[in-house]
Amino acid sequence: MTELALTLRERPRLSAVARRLVWVLVGFAVYCALILLYGKNPLAALHDTFTNTLGSTYGFEQVVIKMIPLVLTAMAVAVPARIGLVNVGGEGQLFLGGLCATGAAITFTSLPAWVLLPLMSLFAIIGGGALAAVAGWLRARGWLSEVFSTVLFNYIAILAVSVLVFGPWRDPTSSNYPQTRLFVPAAQIPHIGSSQVDITVFVAIAVVIAFDLVLRRTRWGLEMRAIGANPQAAARNGVPVRRYIVACMFVGGALAGLAGMDQVAGLQLRLNTGISSGFGYLGFLISWLSGHNPRLIVPMSFLLALLAAGGDVLQITQSLPYALVNVMSAVLLIIVLFGRSAGVRSVS
Amino acid sequence: MNATTTASILATTLALGPSVLYATLGEIVGQRAGIVNLGIEGVMLVGAAVGFAAGVVFGNSYLGLLAGAGAGLAFNMLMAAMTVTRGTNQLATGFALYFLGVGVSTLIGDQYIGSSVGGVGQFHLPGLGLLPHPWSNIFDQDLLVWLMFPTAVLLWWLLFHTRWGLHVRAVGEDRQRAYAAGLHPDRIRYQALAIAGALSGLSGAHLAVAYTKTWQDGITAGRGFVVISIVILALWHPVRAIPGALLFTAAVATGLQLQALGVPVSPFLLDMLPYVVTIAVVLIWGRPKAFAIPAALQEVFVGTST
Repeated sequence: MTELALTLRERPRLSAVARRLVWVLVGFAVYCALILLYGKNPLAALHDTFTNTLGSTYGFEQVVIKMIPLVLTAMAVAVPARIGLVNVGGEGQLFLGGLCATGAAITFTSLPAWVLLPLMSLFAIIGGGALAAVAGWLRARGWLSEVFSTVLFNYIAILAVSVLVFGPWRDPTSSNYPQTRLFVPAAQIPHIGSSQVDITVFVAIAVVIAFDLVLRRTRWGLEMRAIGANPQAAARNGVPVRRYIVACMFVGGALAGLAGMDQVAGLQLRLNTGISSGFGYLGFLISWLSGHNPRLIVPMSFLLALLAAGGDVLQITQSLPYALVNVMSAVLLIIVLFGRSAGVRSVS
Repeated sequence: MNATTTASILATTLALGPSVLYATLGEIVGQRAGIVNLGIEGVMLVGAAVGFAAGVVFGNSYLGLLAGAGAGLAFNMLMAAMTVTRGTNQLATGFALYFLGVGVSTLIGDQYIGSSVGGVGQFHLPGLGLLPHPWSNIFDQDLLVWLMFPTAVLLWWLLFHTRWGLHVRAVGEDRQRAYAAGLHPDRIRYQALAIAGALSGLSGAHLAVAYTKTWQDGITAGRGFVVISIVILALWHPVRAIPGALLFTAAVATGLQLQALGVPVSPFLLDMLPYVVTIAVVLIWGRPKAFAIPAALQEVFVGTST
């Protein structure tokens, strides 16, 4: 590895943070313009957003609740992205993770919580991870780009959840809404004190710290950065690139799967088709907004969680459509990509 | 399976054709110029929403189709401005375009939920109406269905038998050398993406205006992503896109027909069919062939391949 001109430590530049701050301010201005376009007062909308999110304990908890899946799905994109892979399948991996965790929860109902919850997590990890690993394997074999396979797997995984909750797993007592039975208490993720936030938040924090350390301080991280910088050179230096492709996809999918487990066992306490409000897709945006840097993923997830929670609030107080959140998230990424573009300049 | 069922599946296969094939042809032109547009789904959604809105407002479905194509073209210019002029990452930009399209189409379409349009007239090509009963129904199709085959041939001719097509392919293979040879790669890429946007918008608009005739959120249901897979299957060739696109719509049509017959299988399982078929077929036939993929796309996709 000594031949590689890479240092083990990679220092984030402060200017990168400052630049992102400018982009966020531009995005903020666009957001106000969008609200104006709908004939509403942006100041009133911002006031409503802040009093109902950061201004109250309940609201703040709502933001944190949304942050958990966003951090995990953003990491699901960031881990493979460090070796140059594009995982667009966070949404499907989240759904399959939720599905597998539910499978464990409704099968092993008599197990105590300290056995059942880890078992469900394991199922979620395997479910989400396997879906992504298949895509990684197809890529490693050179058969199909992971971009296409992950995006098509999304539709299949989401439909698989529909098949089960409309079919064999449907709770016969809930005639209106297709969903499974409420999980037994042992299958519900405990909350922090009396708050609405469940302990998955610690898992998300641990994942971010662990990935940051792995990337900076271990041989795996060095080899990942080597593949990301130049896969051919890495392969010539003996880095098992194909194995890394499958492994990184598996880890990414597993993290998205855990986000799915959090949604079913921490929030909804059952499986239904509404376990994700596009978290997998938002995670993709967040990872790209953060340049796949775990340290930036947390503040960016916070920002998008605030935006999403604010969207819920404004739907009620200002009757603004929730789709504005999607538009705004996309605009944010467009601003950042437009502002970054340090790469190729056009030739003519 | 009796004759009526078969005829009905074939008729739906053709009727859904434009909602996939035009976008596929557009994506082929774009990718031949070296731009992968992952945001095709978003472009189609915007085309569908604007096309449907225009169809309702003007009371004319043909104007709706035209508006959809125009909206798709305009929306795809954002992709061009980002990737061509600013040199942003194509996949991330495409995804942003997809997400923006989802949001924008919902904002537009929400105001037209419950509205419906008249659709476009269906007719037989001369002679096909003389077929015996269930089979003649297959060919009872609208203008865009009949035009999709000549359009594919036209694009094949444009790409492979005109100077412009040669330039597009040259830019898609090696932008620097095309520039050195005196071409304007950026201008050509803009042109290719304009065609791609218009065709994708037309696909989306056809789905809303001529097929479902009502608006539903997320109406394209992943067709934009399927389209990109069909491009691989077609080996970036317009005429070969026809069987690829019709294979997908045949899978959709079969699922729909089996649901209509009340087959005791979860409808969601049948909805999976087109995606499973697409992946399977791409894996069987479309494994990347080094000779077919425009070289510039290698940078986008296969950057880390060993």
